[in-house]
Amino acid sequence: MTRSLPVWWRRRIPRYRLIGARCKECGKIHYPPRTSCPYCGSNSLEEVQLPRRGILESYSVIYSVPGDNRLNAPIIVGLVNINGVRIVAELTDVLPGELSTGLEVEAVVRKISETSDTGIITYGVKFRPVLGAGSGAGQDTGEA
Amino acid sequence: MTQERPESRTGIHGWGAYVPRWRLPMEEIARVWGWPPHQYKGLNVKEKSVDSPDEDSTTMAIEAGYNALLRAKVDPSEIKAVFFGSESKPYAVKPSATIVAEALGITPVTMASDLEFACRAGSEGLRASIGLVSSGMMKYAMAIGSDTAQAEPGDVLEFTASSGAVAFIVGPREGAAAVFEATYTYVTDTPDFWRRALKPYPRHGEGFTGEPAYFHHIMSSVKNLLEETGYKPSDFKYAVFHQPNGKFPVRVGKRLGFTMEQIEPGLVTPFIGNTYNASALLGLARVLDRADPGDLILVAPFGSGAGSDTYILRVTEAVKEKQGLAPRFDDYLARRKTIDYALYTRYRKILTMLPRG
Repeated sequence: MTRSLPVWWRRRIPRYRLIGARCKECGKIHYPPRTSCPYCGSNSLEEVQLPRRGILESYSVIYSVPGDNRLNAPIIVGLVNINGVRIVAELTDVLPGELSTGLEVEAVVRKISETSDTGIITYGVKFRPVLGAGSGAGQDTGEA
Repeated sequence: MTQERPESRTGIHGWGAYVPRWRLPMEEIARVWGWPPHQYKGLNVKEKSVDSPDEDSTTMAIEAGYNALLRAKVDPSEIKAVFFGSESKPYAVKPSATIVAEALGITPVTMASDLEFACRAGSEGLRASIGLVSSGMMKYAMAIGSDTAQAEPGDVLEFTASSGAVAFIVGPREGAAAVFEATYTYVTDTPDFWRRALKPYPRHGEGFTGEPAYFHHIMSSVKNLLEETGYKPSDFKYAVFHQPNGKFPVRVGKRLGFTMEQIEPGLVTPFIGNTYNASALLGLARVLDRADPGDLILVAPFGSGAGSDTYILRVTEAVKEKQGLAPRFDDYLARRKTIDYALYTRYRKILTMLPRG
């Protein structure tokens, strides 16, 4: 699949750094940033750095993965709630059987697409189960 | 130490480790390729870390760099150089350093470059960072070592070639967690290990890999710096050496007069394999995770081709406050899931996908 290089390039910083947009009219935050507020339609927006941790509200596992993403199967798409801001993003470093709603997840930067061995590699935010700072959280020793 | 060295004006303000979740045991590699147990048991490596399909040396560097920023507590825009040392760059031409710098908020007013010196490029970045900061050209610089190490399936290198990353933020000695007291570099032209352009897997010069390369360069570098500074092995709390396997760092350390008590805390390869540019520097990160003020640390990375640096660092009071600000190496070590060789071939893209008609 061919993707637009200019579109990816324009969106790279919000996707690398989890930067959302806050509406100056209604005060609501959304991600990824759009040109107008999805809640009130205002064009008066400002950038806001979102926290990296959120709660997994729902998820869907895609087992039949088409084309160039087949090596990444199964792909898990999550609905992550970060302080009321809902984000749809891929989950990573986790197997379907390890997931449950309410799981605490954190943002990491991973490869989003790699369309061929000659094309551009795009990177962006995905979420994984939280690795606890100094706590050893998320540890396991089982077989994949 | 009587004479002040330029590097003593600098220190480590932040350090960050990263190790992928997946682990491939040595027994599984031996099972697939028919190696006898003695082929891998002498390596003193239990299993190796394997990157996820959506990871590469750039994404791992971003996470290590992020952890270093958490500990340094500096505004990313104050970092004026990013050095990315790797021998597994995702692009042959297009810097990973700019991607890492952009993701971490360091761009646009910064130096950024990818360095190559086999397993020693990340350490060369650390040397360059020390120089730039000590000269006063900048306040902070970031040095990264990151690799998804390549090994041809069935080659003995496959037992140890693994994935991991480490990042350091070098800044002025004031506020640093550890201050560089002295540094030294020793390089020669040695044909111990190489990968030709456009080739996916490296080759090794068999008899050159041990004595003429690893041992000669590390021992020369360490001995010369100890002689210059007047320190003796017993002065150090920790001694960390490049770790192509689990036995070489122990052997070189003992030859130099260090004890297992000094070497063991910085040994990471027995648990995750050889992370190439992250190898010895991940050992340093693990030591900093547990160090106490006043501890003296000796670190000696090595890269084929060949060369070795030696660093002598003195830990400061600031280390304790920084240790808990980001995940420690052992947190990543505990986050492990065993995979088999079949999954390994998919995750590492050894399994190729033919176009479907």
